Amino acid sequence: MSATRIRPKKKGRILYRRPLSLVDRATHFCPGCGHGTTHKLIAEVLDTLKIREKTIGVAPVGCAVMAYYYLNCDISEAAHGRTPAVATGIKRCLPDRIVFSYQGDGDLAAIGMAETIHAANRGENITVIFVNNSVYGMTGGQMAPTTLNGQKTATSPCGRDSRSMGTPIRICELLNTLDSPWHIERVALNSPAGIRKARKALLVAFKGQMEGKGYSLIEILSPCPVHMRLSPRDAVRFITEGMIPAFPLGVFRKEGKPVA
Amino acid sequence: MKAKPYSLRIDRNRCKGCELCVSVCPRQVLDLSEEINPLGYHFARVTNPSHCIGCMNCSDMCPDAAIEIQKRLIRHA
Ligand SMILES: Cc1ncc(C[n+]2csc(CCOP(=O)(O)OP(=O)(O)O)c2C)c(N)n1
Ligand code: SF4
Ligand code: SF4
Ligand code: SF4
Ligand SMILES: [Mg+2]
Repeated sequence: MSATRIRPKKKGRILYRRPLSLVDRATHFCPGCGHGTTHKLIAEVLDTLKIREKTIGVAPVGCAVMAYYYLNCDISEAAHGRTPAVATGIKRCLPDRIVFSYQGDGDLAAIGMAETIHAANRGENITVIFVNNSVYGMTGGQMAPTTLNGQKTATSPCGRDSRSMGTPIRICELLNTLDSPWHIERVALNSPAGIRKARKALLVAFKGQMEGKGYSLIEILSPCPVHMRLSPRDAVRFITEGMIPAFPLGVFRKEGKPVA
Repeated sequence: MKAKPYSLRIDRNRCKGCELCVSVCPRQVLDLSEEINPLGYHFARVTNPSHCIGCMNCSDMCPDAAIEIQKRLIRHA
């Protein structure tokens, strides 16, 4: 037996167990990485809604590129930033499938910004899961459009300077200026309560798609301890103290209408 | 002695020792082991099982879905 276990004398009720939609295999993510948590939450929601067999995900270029190793549903791969376009094609050809696009902040807000805006503006009936970890994780921690002012990265070694590098792009607020999206929400993986909110938000988004409601985007503020240059615990604190003030949490769009 | 109402199981081979579970446990049930697992990490372990209140903070927080929690069925006399 490989686990630390306190053996129950009687069989009990399971409160938490690894979701079935998550393949039983160790991920390549660094310790404390929010991609692991996000994969886990997606798998939980696929289990809850019993849609694993009809779900097709589109994986990004970035640390989540190997989503097909870990999520036990169909996954397609797209060129960097093009997941919403590929997801659009899949959903339009197979409208009875549940289609989600999974993207990092470099993928969604830098190279893929055009695809992001136009898929949202067309009101495609897809779910976009946007993991904002404030850096390009996979390629070595370069500055992303979502890097905080003053944040040190490989390409902003003295800290992001808004005078020449712009300020963090708030995707939820930006997309909320469009008429077509159905649900837009920002959550954070900074505490158990935050993770429960993220799970709920994903549930709303996937359920909405099942009911044909249209485009939803869930932005997840997520730790990348390695390139935030912090321990996992401090990366979580960085989300609370640094990221949330720059990216306010909440529901921006509900039932197709901006939330006042 | 009072029966422990929750049973926790941590997959020590899956754990990456990130310590997030330890940091969110309100009852100091968990800590990191001195030993390392095959992945090379100090894995989390259950050191104070009787203090667990089944809040699921640890299992929700774990990025590697390595924690399983069961509520025991306690038979009434
Ligand atoms: C067309 C193209 N340009 C650039 C790259 C290099 N590249 C790979 S991943 C990445 C950024 C990933 O950052 P993000 O989307 O934030 O994902 P993370 O790893 O942080 O989750 C870049 C620029 C590429 N693979 N393809
Ligand atoms: S580099 Fe960052 S985003 Fe990539 S796996 Fe490691 S912690 Fe996660
Ligand atoms: S369920 Fe709650 S009390 Fe029990 S070990 Fe996990 S965090 Fe601690
Ligand atoms: S949260 Fe999970 S991976 Fe991290 S130390 Fe605890 S059991 Fe291990
Ligand atoms: Mg990123």
